[in-house]
Amino acid sequence: MSTYNAPLADMRFLLNEIAGLKDILNLPAFAELDADTVDDILKEAAKFATEVVDPVNIVGDRQTPPVWKDGVVTISKEYKDAYKLFCETGWHAMPGNPEFGGQGLPNLVNFAVNEMWRSASIAFALCPMLTMGAAHAIENHASDEIKQKYLPKMIDGTWGGTMNLTEPQAGSDLTAIRTKAKPNPNGDGTYLISGTKIFITWGEHDMAENIIHLVLARLPNSDPGLKGISLFVVPKYFVNDDGSLGARNDLICSALEHKLGIKGSATAVMSYGDHEGAVGWLVGKEGNGIAYMFTMMNHARIHVGLEGIGVAERAYQHALSYARERIQGAIIGDAESKTKPKPILFHPDVRRLLLDMKSRTEALRAIGYFTAGQLDFANFSTDPAAKKKALAYVELLTPIVKGWSTESSIDITSEGIQVHGGTGFIEETGAAQYLRDSRITAIYEGTTAIQANDYIGRKTAREVNKETGEVGFTARALYKEVAAFADDLAKDAKLGDIGKNLQEAIKALIDATEWAITNYGPQPQVTSAGSVPYLKLGGIVLGGWLLAKSALLAQNKIAAGETSDYYQGKIATTRYYAKHWLVQASAIAREIIEGGESVLGLDEPLF
Amino acid sequence: MKILVPVKRVVDPDVKVRVKADGSGVDLANIKTSINPFDNIAVEEAVRLKEQGIATEVVVVSVGSTSSQETLRAALAIGADRGILVETDVDVQPLAVAKVLKALVDKEQPRLVIAGKQAVDDDANQTGQELAALLGWAQGTFVSKLVLQKPDADEITVSREIDGGLETLALKLPAVVTADLRLNEPRYATLPNVMKAKKKPLDVVKPADLGVDVASRLTTLKVSEPPNRKAGIIVADVAQLVEKLKNEAKVI
Repeated sequence: MSTYNAPLADMRFLLNEIAGLKDILNLPAFAELDADTVDDILKEAAKFATEVVDPVNIVGDRQTPPVWKDGVVTISKEYKDAYKLFCETGWHAMPGNPEFGGQGLPNLVNFAVNEMWRSASIAFALCPMLTMGAAHAIENHASDEIKQKYLPKMIDGTWGGTMNLTEPQAGSDLTAIRTKAKPNPNGDGTYLISGTKIFITWGEHDMAENIIHLVLARLPNSDPGLKGISLFVVPKYFVNDDGSLGARNDLICSALEHKLGIKGSATAVMSYGDHEGAVGWLVGKEGNGIAYMFTMMNHARIHVGLEGIGVAERAYQHALSYARERIQGAIIGDAESKTKPKPILFHPDVRRLLLDMKSRTEALRAIGYFTAGQLDFANFSTDPAAKKKALAYVELLTPIVKGWSTESSIDITSEGIQVHGGTGFIEETGAAQYLRDSRITAIYEGTTAIQANDYIGRKTAREVNKETGEVGFTARALYKEVAAFADDLAKDAKLGDIGKNLQEAIKALIDATEWAITNYGPQPQVTSAGSVPYLKLGGIVLGGWLLAKSALLAQNKIAAGETSDYYQGKIATTRYYAKHWLVQASAIAREIIEGGESVLGLDEPLF
Repeated sequence: MKILVPVKRVVDPDVKVRVKADGSGVDLANIKTSINPFDNIAVEEAVRLKEQGIATEVVVVSVGSTSSQETLRAALAIGADRGILVETDVDVQPLAVAKVLKALVDKEQPRLVIAGKQAVDDDANQTGQELAALLGWAQGTFVSKLVLQKPDADEITVSREIDGGLETLALKLPAVVTADLRLNEPRYATLPNVMKAKKKPLDVVKPADLGVDVASRLTTLKVSEPPNRKAGIIVADVAQLVEKLKNEAKVI
């Protein structure tokens, strides 16, 4: 088994050189924070991830997963101990609002730290992630009374939190929600909730004293569409005015799902109101439930994308550690290896696999961190124009961070198994878990198709500049900037080959974008058929852009006399990516432009 | 009672170091560093004594380059009150560190110094003993248990792990104690404390300010990788093993 080591060199480089940490720390919102403290936080989190979180990953998966009995879900002692320490050391509260016990750090810093938790264990990290997501919704939309009552204990992790959206008939389409809410006949202003919710992550467990469920439900006589859905706070145990816990609410976990991956997290079927009705409190206004959920969408989606990045990194480290140790067969073209055996890392194809994993993970991380940094500028910049531009970037890039990082992670973790050969297929080596855990990330919080549709549609072909009437102006402006950078890089004496491939790739993305803008209206089905390839194209090219930027910065640093293996490695990694991934762009553009009709070409009865 | 704890920035114990091509030392460029694990135990013990109301202040000291501020901040995040960096780019050796610490003890007047028993980079295991000798104080080394009854106690009881068991000693204060692995299990710093660490006082002085010459008195001739172990052989029986031990290895 390998040990997780946070990739601090790459994280620091991206924070400082690509994502704009220095400028973020100069914003008035972060006047109290300095770069040294950020680095101390990263180091301490890295240590905690390695020593406390990483070791429990296997426990939840293959040793002691959550157990359901009569509505009670029991979690392993190892998970509980790690969770307790996670809360006591303040990591749970980190992303929270300082008013309720959080640290108020930049989103970018939270992002880097959160990558470590996800690398160490996606299943474990889901519990705080869901709690903080629920806390975020309460903070933004609930009354002061509800905030004061629930937020401090949710933020420090004493209580968990969940999001209850999905029902058996309401998956990607939430208009089908049937869970009912009705005003409590006792007239105290509360509501009685009844219905079944499924796929509720960490919906029931014994790590926290109480669980605060956020539930989407319909009020009587409400609009039958999305506008008829309201959001309610439904605690597992009622909370008395003095903060102590009261009676049990009328809700129960009726089963746990059996899953392919993230087995350490309890995915619950929740049954509300089997008896008198589960008592809930309305969040914000009636009929705004979906709107409240959507305000958290960017944030939640970026964080699921981060799961993809995290698990890809972990799978890479695991495969690398094996490839350095495992000796098998002489190396082609290396006569010496017949008598002095070398590890499989020296086989050309194992190198290709590892470099593929490494370069793609670094490309994904670069897009992720860049976007996370833009979210800070969007939220906290004092310059309205900069704020607007940053928000537009966040909007455009969120479906790529979510959709492409997660899709790639399935591939990358699969490559990790391939490096292991047969032992990778055996559970004991641990490589298989990363593939199984990665699989959900491309499904929940909006499937890849939903991300791709968002990227090609709302974020590109349907984005209209209110002043100029230009369509897809954010994407067009960004791609123009990438093209200008590629033109300059193509002239570079040492990195010109990377620049040329980037030129070709960005041209393909621009061609596909123009085609999508033209065809989205008249040919919605053909364009939609090409949306996932379009997401892939955007991901490959923009990842290549940020890698190429990194390589140029690394080259400048080397020229300025800074020696570091990291900089050499960044250039070599980028070159691999340019020769193996950027070259695919033109073919994918053809797939989008020429391939859509063939998707619709097989008539339904012929399937 | 004030406690002084020296801490050293070392190559992280999990890092596999490489010998420089010219054999002048190990390659330290951009390498992951951390607080010496034994020093971390010493800091933890001092902070516990403060939490028990026995110590009034915990001062951490490091001798080294400006990067050692990170190491001091790690100790401040555990709970030390303030830090002192004695800044020098010289590759300081144990005696020089002991002299610097002596000067700081004269200035700060702690009644107890808790040091790590040794640093995991050079494994010299000298600084604590040399400091005690320079100060003329009692010393308890390789300590696995430390008992201090009250803030104004005259003595401290320590247990040391020795061959065949534990040795328990009473030391007159002031004293120097060096921490062994089993003294305690250091805590994880909490995030709020990590964030407060930068705001705690950290003074930077030069060795010359303390009147100490830290120039190296030892010269490194050559650093090389340990030789690869030679392959062993399987002996046919006990008689052959005894024969080889007697005649080839000449150990019996």
